[in-house]
Amino acid sequence: MLKSKAGGFIFQLIAFMLAMVFVSLILLAVGASPLDAYKNMLTGSVGSMRKFAEVLVSFVPLLLVTAGLLITFSAGLWNIGVEGQIVLGAIGSVWVLRQFVDSSLPPALIITLSILGGMVAGAVWASFAGMLKTFGGVNEIFGGLGLNFVSTALTLYLIFGPWKREGVASMSGTEPFPDVFSLPQIPDLRISPYALAIALVAVLIVYFILQGTYFGLKIKAVGKNIRAAYLLGIPTWQYSLYSFLICGALAGVAGALQVTAVYHRLIPSISSGYGYLGLMVAMLVNYQAVWAVPVALLFAALNIGSIQLPIVMKLDSSLSGVLQGVLVLFVLLTEGVRQKFVKKV
Amino acid sequence: MNVELKNIHKHFGKTYANKGIDLTVQSGTIQGILGENGAGKSTLMKILSGFIQADPGGEIILDGKSVVINSPADAIHVGVGMLHQDPLDFPPMRVLDNFLLGRSGGLFPNRTSVRQDFLNLARQFDFSLDPDNYVDALTVGERQQLEIIRLLWMGARVLILDEPTTGISASQKQKLFATLKKLAEQGMTIIFVSHKLEDVEFLCNQVAVLRAGELVGMTKPPFETSTLVELMFGKVVTLGDRQPAKTGDTVLSLQNVSLEDVRLKIKNVNLDLRAGEVIGLAGLEGSGQGMFIRACAGLVRPVGGKVFLKGRDLTGKAYHAFKHQGVNFLPASRLEEGLVPGLSLTDHFILAEEPTGVFIDRVAGQRLAEDRIKSFNIRGTPTSTVESLSGGNQQRAELALLQSPLSLVLLEHPTRGLDIESVIYIWSKLKDRCKQDGAAIIFISSDLEEVLQYSDRLLVFFSGKVSEPIDAATISVEQLGQLIGGKGWTQKGDANA
Repeated sequence: MLKSKAGGFIFQLIAFMLAMVFVSLILLAVGASPLDAYKNMLTGSVGSMRKFAEVLVSFVPLLLVTAGLLITFSAGLWNIGVEGQIVLGAIGSVWVLRQFVDSSLPPALIITLSILGGMVAGAVWASFAGMLKTFGGVNEIFGGLGLNFVSTALTLYLIFGPWKREGVASMSGTEPFPDVFSLPQIPDLRISPYALAIALVAVLIVYFILQGTYFGLKIKAVGKNIRAAYLLGIPTWQYSLYSFLICGALAGVAGALQVTAVYHRLIPSISSGYGYLGLMVAMLVNYQAVWAVPVALLFAALNIGSIQLPIVMKLDSSLSGVLQGVLVLFVLLTEGVRQKFVKKV
Repeated sequence: MNVELKNIHKHFGKTYANKGIDLTVQSGTIQGILGENGAGKSTLMKILSGFIQADPGGEIILDGKSVVINSPADAIHVGVGMLHQDPLDFPPMRVLDNFLLGRSGGLFPNRTSVRQDFLNLARQFDFSLDPDNYVDALTVGERQQLEIIRLLWMGARVLILDEPTTGISASQKQKLFATLKKLAEQGMTIIFVSHKLEDVEFLCNQVAVLRAGELVGMTKPPFETSTLVELMFGKVVTLGDRQPAKTGDTVLSLQNVSLEDVRLKIKNVNLDLRAGEVIGLAGLEGSGQGMFIRACAGLVRPVGGKVFLKGRDLTGKAYHAFKHQGVNFLPASRLEEGLVPGLSLTDHFILAEEPTGVFIDRVAGQRLAEDRIKSFNIRGTPTSTVESLSGGNQQRAELALLQSPLSLVLLEHPTRGLDIESVIYIWSKLKDRCKQDGAAIIFISSDLEEVLQYSDRLLVFFSGKVSEPIDAATISVEQLGQLIGGKGWTQKGDANA
């Protein structure tokens, strides 16, 4: 039974419960009621349509990034640089919008161009990490981490330098774009159905790439054994690079949507840690695209739900981060335990 | 030390690797364990040495005392040490550091006294090991010697050796056998696991044969080869007669090719290989044949000379350019380099077809897989992952992956670790496959008989020197063994055969 899918599910359920217990203990230790905390997080995320829309706003970039990471993980690569790729996506999209501020082209076309601009910028940024890896022998984790810092610096430079606001530059970002440059939103809610559709389509495409295409199979072969893949005739470094490009493009779209659907300008923390969170989601779903949607939704809900905590319970909102991290650790832990059981039986 | 195994069972899922094995080995005996691949030899030895645990109900008795062995550390604690087929050492570390590892207690080892112990033990068995050398500079044979004295130093009184004669030279083998005999005289118990009949016959005082997890026979000298073979396989098998192939057009032509890596230099090799021809590369491991075969595949770039494939100059081109001309390379380490663990047989066959479309045709893939599985007699299903297959079946799968059309097949140790039936099967399939496409074969093997049996011509390698091609029909195992050991070479670096 341990080997079966049901067995795996039971173990994940156990992991989830252990994570809840662990976080409850932390809450008890600081003198707060776990039940109240969870209730507040629940009402804070799905308590009203408006709140659920907020969850979806957070869900969109997270899902896009996770989808991209599923590709790089399949290729055996730890694309830590995804955070910077989101930032560059945002920068790329802002750059495109700035070119058209005074143009008379239809806004829909300009927004589309700006999303494409973000996509290209993200992919180019990812290709740096990819080329450092394939031609320079720099581990993609180090290359990506370095590039993340560069991307942050670049954002600040743009906000305080060439793209600064009229008058005085500020940490609140560049001058917001006119309303016509925003992706249309559902009335009274902050969520744009277009953004949501783009994210869902992206994860579907990734699912089909990995499950049903020769390209996906080759990516997986490269990820599981690069030397054997080479001997089987797969151009391995090219495929590593392609996977970086795809992931970077999707992260870039996430960044572009942060601009066109959420912030309407460039702000210093435009990526909001979605890259790192996406890494956790990808690990948690064990690199299976099918599970990416529900888990990304759960993580987004935890993010939004925890915003309530400081207001209502004087707890820090970083509790959601603790819960997410603990959840990943427990899932990995129970998976390890399960493997051990499976071997023994 | 007297070793007694009682009623040892071990099952993995539904298959039994060991079924009620009883085995008694007296102190001072060299006990041979024979059996084909998958007969349960390794499982039994791993149980005795603590790598895996037997099913409940069995008992291990050492010198009359029942012991529980749950880990290799437990095993060495009660005096059981195992020498693995692939030495379990740490190549980037020094010999002495490797020697020290596994020793319990003490935060700061006393290097001076340990060095003395090491040198004493090495001298006792006439091993010339430099304690300050790095392990990755040692040959397989030397690493084995290091492991033997390490186990002795840690207090082993039962020494298990798993296929110890694979990949070592004739002289190292002699030294190993002398050492084992000496140890047995001192009252050690030696358990020698092998499927090489001649080694077992030569060395052992007693031989146990395993088949399909059961102990099917126990014999003492003088050994009858035919009886042992029959016990192992349940029927009689022979290698069959040599069948020299008719040869055709030149497939591969090497002109003054020179190769270099950090350790070795190979200079000015000339070779013309014709379609249908089989060339065996003989030599101690690390004598340059590995670099040579990879150069023939474009995996190593020559520092001088030209490589022509079917008349095309491919010098300095990458493996994929060679592969487009029908060159296939099958590496020795199947799961590390040859196959992709985690992917199924179907996935492999699909990939090997080098598909150009976008969407995977699962139906065609399934059909292809069923076809190949049948024609290459692979024990597995289309959805089996390659790591779930046994070694012999992995090798069959690799053969089934050969592309078409094929012009040249390069194989590193194509039958290493396989039982004789698989060896015969692999070779007949390989030859069939090459006959179909008019392909030539170059292979490396440390099994001299295999080299002589299956090659038309052979090249001998000795520390970077390469012999002229030798007609395999004109040389005996003894002559070949001497050449490999560096004897019988003339001044200019050619073998004088």
